Amino acid sequence: MSGCAPARKFHPLTCPTLWAPAQPTMTSLKINEQVRSSSAPDETPLLWVLRDELGMTGTKFGCGMALCGACTVHVNGQATRACLTPVGSVAGRPVHTIEHMQSDRVGRVVQQTWVDLNVAQCGYCQAGQIMSAVALLKTSPKPSEAQIDNAMSGNLCRCGTYPRIRAAIQLASRRLAGEKA
Amino acid sequence: MNRTDSLMLRRRFLQVSTAPFALVMGLDVEAQATAPQKYGADTMPGGTVDNPLVFVSIAEDGAVTIVAHRAEMGTGVRTSLPMVVADELEARWDRVKVVQAGADEARFGNQNVDGSRSVRHFFEPMRRVGAAARQMLEAAAAARWSVPVSEVKAVQHEVLHTATGRRLGFGDLAAEAARQAVPTREQLQLKTPADWRYIGKGKTAGIDQIAISRGQASYGMDVLLPGMVFAVLARPPVVGGRLRQADTEAALKVPGVLQVVEIPGFKGAPGFQPLGGIAVVARNTWAAMQGRNALNPQWDDGANGRYDSTAFRREQEQAVKAPGTVFRDNGDAPKVISEAPEGRRFSADYFVPHLAHATMEPPVATALVNEQGCEVWTSTQNPQAALDGVAATLGLQPAQVKVNVLLLGGGFGRKSKPDYVTEAALVAKALPGTPVKLVWTREDDIHHGYYHAVSLDHLEAALGPDGLPEAWLHRTAAPTITSLFAPGSKAAAPFETGMSATNMPFNVPHVRVEQAEVAAHARIGWFRSVANIPHVFATQSFVNELAHRAGQDPLRYALALLGPDRKIDPSTISDVFNYSESPQQYPIDTGRMRAVIEAAARGARWGRKLPKGHGLGLAFAYSFVSYTATVVEVAVKPDGDLSIVEVDMALDCGPQINPERIRAQMEGAAVMGLSLALTGEITFQNGRVQQSNYHDYEVLRHAQSPRTIRTHLVGGDPTLPPGGVGEPPVPPVAPALVNALFAATGKRIRSLPVRQQLRKA
Repeated sequence: MSGCAPARKFHPLTCPTLWAPAQPTMTSLKINEQVRSSSAPDETPLLWVLRDELGMTGTKFGCGMALCGACTVHVNGQATRACLTPVGSVAGRPVHTIEHMQSDRVGRVVQQTWVDLNVAQCGYCQAGQIMSAVALLKTSPKPSEAQIDNAMSGNLCRCGTYPRIRAAIQLASRRLAGEKA
Repeated sequence: MNRTDSLMLRRRFLQVSTAPFALVMGLDVEAQATAPQKYGADTMPGGTVDNPLVFVSIAEDGAVTIVAHRAEMGTGVRTSLPMVVADELEARWDRVKVVQAGADEARFGNQNVDGSRSVRHFFEPMRRVGAAARQMLEAAAAARWSVPVSEVKAVQHEVLHTATGRRLGFGDLAAEAARQAVPTREQLQLKTPADWRYIGKGKTAGIDQIAISRGQASYGMDVLLPGMVFAVLARPPVVGGRLRQADTEAALKVPGVLQVVEIPGFKGAPGFQPLGGIAVVARNTWAAMQGRNALNPQWDDGANGRYDSTAFRREQEQAVKAPGTVFRDNGDAPKVISEAPEGRRFSADYFVPHLAHATMEPPVATALVNEQGCEVWTSTQNPQAALDGVAATLGLQPAQVKVNVLLLGGGFGRKSKPDYVTEAALVAKALPGTPVKLVWTREDDIHHGYYHAVSLDHLEAALGPDGLPEAWLHRTAAPTITSLFAPGSKAAAPFETGMSATNMPFNVPHVRVEQAEVAAHARIGWFRSVANIPHVFATQSFVNELAHRAGQDPLRYALALLGPDRKIDPSTISDVFNYSESPQQYPIDTGRMRAVIEAAARGARWGRKLPKGHGLGLAFAYSFVSYTATVVEVAVKPDGDLSIVEVDMALDCGPQINPERIRAQMEGAAVMGLSLALTGEITFQNGRVQQSNYHDYEVLRHAQSPRTIRTHLVGGDPTLPPGGVGEPPVPPVAPALVNALFAATGKRIRSLPVRQQLRKA
């Protein structure tokens, strides 16, 4: 346990030596419109910096190979799998996570639509589903079925909520269009 | 047998009704016969508890807190059961807060969320909880006003004195109500179904939906504690294997790695014990994974190192060629079949491979061991078994172990086996005072699961002049779940053959059901709907093949085979299981079965003219004392590429407590059923699982999912005892799919997964 305070005295959110104790450089991150810093080595996946170091657990671990989409975040507005994104590669670039979506016009509508249609069963994959859906609706406000397939097929749901997710994306699209009008 | 073994065995004995295990394990059958037979929740550890003081508390501001004693894995139980309490209590749903109970079956009753039992076993007890609390509030108000209790009535968070119009809020009465005597069972006045506000209405929003949509819901994976460290475990790749050596120095050199901890392998049968291995503890999950990568562990594989799926399938195919253990014998099916003329005899073999649950949240547990004992935070279907396993393995008293239950990122049966919780506790024991989160990676999950049994089912029939079978022989060969608890066990339990094999309800005079014994070389476990998956796949495919032989429409043929509406006492067809429910209370009602078949067929507009390359397939099942039918429409292109056009799912589960969540379970079951049918397959070579992640253990994705899944709720009689919901809709999906593919292409698929079998080169 060398290099860190005795158990129960430090917290993952505050312990400066949570990662490599002697890591000299800090990576400056722009997460959810806030500047955060990470002591993790550059090659560390963003997922584990978010979850273990910054305590932001809304972004989920599902596969570690960008196969399931549970860890989807936005980097420069693009849906990105945090589990394979080295933290060093997002230094200084805007990262948004599920925790920010209440402050995002599209995100807020998508989240409310998810609730209204009772989309979630276990819910574990839904943060990633919502992040992919928000990115889709920002680039394609009226997505076709094929666009939904393309944007969403990297997000797995083992409970089988796919038809409701599709319905929620279509309803959110209509709601967003109505909001504009 | 060590303590864990005996403890786990006991739990399973109680869990699955004693009757089936009596045959397998050689319990004293005579003693059983003299004791009154128990059914339903009474067969489960902890039974049921209906004391309102355990489940309900009311604050002075009127806030009602209801305990959810069963874990949420996606079925909606954390909403549905508290909703039942709130309804009988006359509480306003917007004033209700739900708190999650930790493990304590002595206090709360059974907590094992497994076997589609939550509503089935706790609907009535939770009604009593709510009604008792309501009557205590009414009694308190009557006392305050010095009027007979018959003159007061609880209405939506207030108690009214109808004659004078006086009213008191629940909060005003809370303290006095708590001092009232808890009504006896005889004094309880349950609402009539007509007065239900929430039950059956489907208007109650899921209590976790908002938190989930905002990333604020807390799963076992999300536990963060002060001073927490993170661990991953290198486990023997073969069940029963042992660690020979590992490069712990290399692991410890990885930045962030703090410690390595060896975990002993299980003794005796695997049960819910850890597989053993060596854990790497680090400052974060990523560092722990890197440390494990550096370990280069060497293993002694043991006897299961020879397990090979391909060879095992040949063994199963051989096994079903010879008569096996007879589970049901009416008339003389083998004789009738052997004497039937050539054109009226028919047989086929069906295959379902091993499956992995692959919950989106892999198994994970956090444990803290200190001088007081052990505290655990985890996502588990079976909190009490987790507690008992930790206590037994760490040598603690159960009272020294606390298990906190978080949301489960999927369960499907995997998380009813708390091996991962004991692992975390054992690692935490090596770091006293430090909370340890032990994370399974996806590869760990696929490699070290409790797999659905690989199953080979042999069917034979002799058809009469009307094309319907006069004789039916079903011989099943699958490794048994009992091998988890009894080393080397090959004999299926009635709870396995009783899932759509023994209890086949068709109107056939000569029936024989047998099990051909094969050994287990992996951990075999429950997977959503369990042995119904292979048995329904085989029997429902076979019925479809018989209809084709007879030149009859599959729907009409199925209804004719089912025969006249009647209630079958399962014990009269040799089924001693019946999901542990009373055969009198829960007979197999072929009328209810017919109604779901007709509902699914009607929904799919059975008989309509279909586009070229399209086909409709039907299948149905009685499972977890509910009735389900599925119709799948497929489209197959000339090159064999297939897609699912629509699915119709029908279910009669008796009373419909939360219809909206029932529909969600049916939709999800359609997708999970299609996943396992199209791509689900775990294979073994040299005792090792050959798949590792979602690229080679594929599950259905958005683009492959049917866009339309229609759900048809049938029946709903509130006077019937409730049936299961979570599992029943799964089994008919795979056979409905292959029956549809046959209708579309004329090609019969008898071996799952379908994958590329229709592809033309």
